[in-house]
Amino acid sequence: MTENAAIEARNVSKHFGQGDGVVRALDDVSVAIRQGEFFTLLGPSGCGKTTLLRMIAGFESPTSGEIRLNGEPITHLPPNKRPVNTVFQSYALFPHLSVAQNIAFGLEMLGKPRAEIDARVQKMLALVRLEQLAGRKVSQMSGGQQQRVALARALAPQPKVLLLDEPLSALDLKLRKEMQSELKRLQRETGITFIFVTHDQEEALTMSDRIAVMSAGRIQQMGTPREIYTQPVNRFVAGFIGETNFLSAEVRDGQATLPGGITLPVRARNGQTTLAVRPELMRIVAAGTPAALPATVADAVYFGTDSHVHARLADGAEVVVRVQSGADGASIPAAGSAVGLAIAPGALQVLED
Amino acid sequence: MAPTLEERTTRDQIRRNWWLSLPALAILTVAAIGPLLVVLVYSFLTPGEYGNVEWKFSTEGWTSVFVTKDIFDETWKLADAHMTIFWRSVKLSLITTGLTLLVGFPTAWFIATREPRAKALWLFLITIPFWTNLLIRTFAINQIIRTEGLLNTGLLKLGIISTPLQITYTDTAVLIGMVYVYLPLMVLPLFASIDRFDMRLLEAGYDLYASRAQVLRRVILPLVKPGIVAGSILVFIPCLGAYVTPRILGGGKLMMIGNFIELQFGQGRNWPLGAAISILLLIIVSIALVFYVRAINGENRDA
Ligand SMILES: Nc1ncnc2c1ncn2[C@@H]1O[C@H](COP(=O)(O)OP(=O)(O)OP(=O)(O)O)[C@@H](O)[C@H]1O
Ligand SMILES: [Mg+2]
Repeated sequence: MTENAAIEARNVSKHFGQGDGVVRALDDVSVAIRQGEFFTLLGPSGCGKTTLLRMIAGFESPTSGEIRLNGEPITHLPPNKRPVNTVFQSYALFPHLSVAQNIAFGLEMLGKPRAEIDARVQKMLALVRLEQLAGRKVSQMSGGQQQRVALARALAPQPKVLLLDEPLSALDLKLRKEMQSELKRLQRETGITFIFVTHDQEEALTMSDRIAVMSAGRIQQMGTPREIYTQPVNRFVAGFIGETNFLSAEVRDGQATLPGGITLPVRARNGQTTLAVRPELMRIVAAGTPAALPATVADAVYFGTDSHVHARLADGAEVVVRVQSGADGASIPAAGSAVGLAIAPGALQVLED
Repeated sequence: MAPTLEERTTRDQIRRNWWLSLPALAILTVAAIGPLLVVLVYSFLTPGEYGNVEWKFSTEGWTSVFVTKDIFDETWKLADAHMTIFWRSVKLSLITTGLTLLVGFPTAWFIATREPRAKALWLFLITIPFWTNLLIRTFAINQIIRTEGLLNTGLLKLGIISTPLQITYTDTAVLIGMVYVYLPLMVLPLFASIDRFDMRLLEAGYDLYASRAQVLRRVILPLVKPGIVAGSILVFIPCLGAYVTPRILGGGKLMMIGNFIELQFGQGRNWPLGAAISILLLIIVSIALVFYVRAINGENRDA
């Protein structure tokens, strides 16, 4: 497929069990991850992210399909023969070894000379800023520190690809933010391809070069964070990434008729369709404004920097509009008042289903 | 977590009432130290003509453990026979420990990796031999390995051997018996260690380029070491003092320390020598225990 793909999965399926009880953890997944990319697998629990990652690491073999590393098929190579390392969700650090010994483990197994190992361990310790704790037992460290050791241990053998399975989910919010930028820095400095698994959409959007949104064992959409956010291809992606409003519309000759009878231009086939619009891409205007959706304010929730105004459309559907908090604080209409909702040009997204 | 003030005051109060345990403590002290003292004292007395002891101080019981006086030229020589028995006891005990470890480790691994309910069942099965008397189990082993026993009959029928193997009354027979008897004592502590072992570390090992053998040596063994040490001690110590197994499967001649002690208190009519050897056995066991405690503490210091 792609020439400069570091890792490529071709039509990979994975089934657990047999007969009626079969679980299709992955269903014909194809993905090409570029050299040096920060690639994220994003999706709800049980969608097959870990299964795909474990298949790349070699812990699981696909029911059908092929895995390639730099163009070479590695589908049946055992994990200890793959130049791929994993940062486990549970860290899985060796409790009987010190921080430095943990980091040295992979290099020792590769049979590197002692001097090279020592130099590399020092470099890794510096990279994750743990020079002071080299001799410490890993059981005596905080979650964030263990996380850094796990990263250093996986990076030390200079793998072609680093796999990270929800590495930040065990950390509290503050530490999590800190480690997010730390991870980005490590990826930039080492130039290693990262495949990162998360079910946190904000984390995916802020960190990734590209994202694959998964659901039910399939990749729903693949693209840059901006593409995924601004042009979701289907209802699942639109709903999973950020907040979104769904509008039912009747399309005829490039004109969509929306609830309340107004028409706006869209690029879609004729017929009944669902359009998506982000809450921050609508504005509350006076009732009766041309090309604005007529609506009734139901409720408003204050969030500090902005407020979420819930409004009911003519067909009964509820939408959310995000209103920036102004200095005056007077821009929130009262519940029950009739308003118009102006949609920013190009904000309407046509969904596949 | 540090005990709260309330916990500490309650505990202090209970501690002040220690004298209520006095009767139990007294019985325990007498029962534990009394017989030992008797044995220690007897080892420094003179043997009586028909067994028992004469109340006359002598160090002969102790010296004769190590050296004997030649009956013809009256020169002192190393007590070869005793040394052979000591050496056989230590050797057989070490080999038994090794064999139980070799068989016990895969067994314990198997049990520890079962479903929780299957685990309980397997553990229960492992302890079943403890329900029967040791003597009967040893006779049963004898039935299997003797010349006309199950093993030989089977091998002959299958044409693997043409003449029956002589296993009874050899060191091999004693080894088979001891491995059989003490295997559960190895499996149980090993299981406890392996059960605590985090299996996710195996994947971490493979991920970091370790082969199966390297994962075993560098990840599994260091982490289940406390179980290996505990199991080894639990097997080694009773092996060293084994009496029934070598008596029945080794015949009268292939003695271990336990049989030799019994001999001195019986036909040998040399109670002081028997007492001295008993104390020596105690010392060997204590040394083994010191090593054990050292190993365990070392583990904890590191952790
Ligand atoms: N060894 C297995 N045996 C049977 N089913 C499995 C096995 N491993 C995974 N599955 C199933 O495959 C599906 C995908 O699991 P997977 O662990 O890949 O999900 P995930 O996206 O990583 O979810 P999470 O976010 O909860 O970690 C799930 O339905 C899961 O129950
Ligand atoms: Mg997972």
